Amino acid sequence: MIEHLIVPFHYAFMQRAFLTAVLVGILCATMGTYVILRKLAFIGDGIAHASFAGIVIAYLRGTNFYLGAGIVAVITALGIGFVHRRGKISLDTTIGVLFTGAFALGIFLMSRQRTYSVDLQSFLFGDILSVGSQDVIMIVALALVVGIVTALLFRSLLYTSFDPVVAQASGMNANAIEYVLLVLIALTIIISLQAVGIILVAALLVTPAAAAYQLTNRFAPMMALSAVFGAFCAVGGLYLSYYLASASGATIVLVATVLFFAAVGGKQARLAIARRA
Amino acid sequence: MSEAIVVSNLVVRYENVLALDGASLTASSGEALGIVGPNGSGKSTLLKTIAGLLPPASGSVCVLGKEPRELPPGTIAYVPQIEAVDWSFPATVWDVVAMGRFPRLGLFRRFGNEDRKAVRRALAQLRMEDLAGRHISALSGGQQQRAFVARAIAQEPRVLLLDEPTTGVDEQTEESLREVVRELVAAGLPVLMATHDLDRANDWFDRLVVIDRRVIAIGTPDEVAKSGAYAGIREHTHTHGHMRTDR
Repeated sequence: MIEHLIVPFHYAFMQRAFLTAVLVGILCATMGTYVILRKLAFIGDGIAHASFAGIVIAYLRGTNFYLGAGIVAVITALGIGFVHRRGKISLDTTIGVLFTGAFALGIFLMSRQRTYSVDLQSFLFGDILSVGSQDVIMIVALALVVGIVTALLFRSLLYTSFDPVVAQASGMNANAIEYVLLVLIALTIIISLQAVGIILVAALLVTPAAAAYQLTNRFAPMMALSAVFGAFCAVGGLYLSYYLASASGATIVLVATVLFFAAVGGKQARLAIARRA
Repeated sequence: MSEAIVVSNLVVRYENVLALDGASLTASSGEALGIVGPNGSGKSTLLKTIAGLLPPASGSVCVLGKEPRELPPGTIAYVPQIEAVDWSFPATVWDVVAMGRFPRLGLFRRFGNEDRKAVRRALAQLRMEDLAGRHISALSGGQQQRAFVARAIAQEPRVLLLDEPTTGVDEQTEESLREVVRELVAAGLPVLMATHDLDRANDWFDRLVVIDRRVIAIGTPDEVAKSGAYAGIREHTHTHGHMRTDR
């Protein structure tokens, strides 16, 4: 058993993949706590899809993947924040129109290249085994930025997530904090794209936090449990994909999905026992 | 007594609705000012504008010598009429009251012993110590209201704004709210409170202001009662059939 756990680490690319998986799992699950409580799941999905245009443009121009995707994701996140506050168009309509549009632009540009099908797939579904040493440095740096800013804003994010109006009246800047949160979510998505891809990143944002929400009724424990779930799903999924020779991103998300239903079952069982007692 | 809150010629618009049209009033430190008026008279708008949540279309609001948004964090505590929070949010009563400490802590200070003491004091003032560990979804309406007032107290604000905190709550809650308001006023805070309940105005307030998009009358509860502005409002309120049982 132990040997099975160690074997994959013989390869440098697997070491990088595990490090990436753990960071991505923890980061997505932590930010996911806010995504769930502020009901931003659709926004996360939208940012991920829109960033595809940035990835393709960066790819075609030969510039850095993170730069291209990052710029588009951050602009998109701020744009949503703006529409969310000022717009006369509803948020889901905006996401439905603009993000699918940006996504289509990415596919359009991509489809005019000869190597179209292969690369498209790795962008859409991620390829954690292809994470290089340069990528790891980028991922660690971005993860540190997101982690530090989130720690500093912990109380502000908590208060404005729960009661933005009263927080604002007491002198906090709820609008600015929401913009910062959206940028943090955008960066988290960018960090995760290589690991799980555009289509599945929303699951990593939502599922571990949703599972943790079933089992706790206070904020800090929910976030901690969510982070543990995120890391567990990422590592467990990666091992499974190694031995089953399955797609890593999809396997990670499936582990998270199973965990979510286990958490729902656990909650129901606990309620049933409480009723009987 | 100094003038803590000065509202002059305040005009506030929502889209194309004129909510306040030239309201002027002042409130002093150490004074409880009751705000009464028919539904839609701009009571909530007035409080929100003083809290810095709505921008004046014209006129001005001055709180402790500054515009509301210029004040240091934690200066104003505001308790809205209806708390539009998600009651399934993962938070206990303690967690909610502790949030009152957050504005003053800023980004870098730790939540320390002094903060815990302030939370405990606020819980005690509203007789909620035994409910500290309860999840907010398991509270009655009166308990929810007390938790939000406790959060405002824990903030140790310099100005307290309450929007109809007694609407639809039990008598015990109403009495503990009244005690808290009087204690804060005795400690020198200006307290502004919108209300529909005029029967005990003398027990609650030093002065009453009657508004209907502008100030109709202002003075001690007895003065306002004599002015006749009171009677009109009273009738209006009763015909609107509020939740509370009128005594």
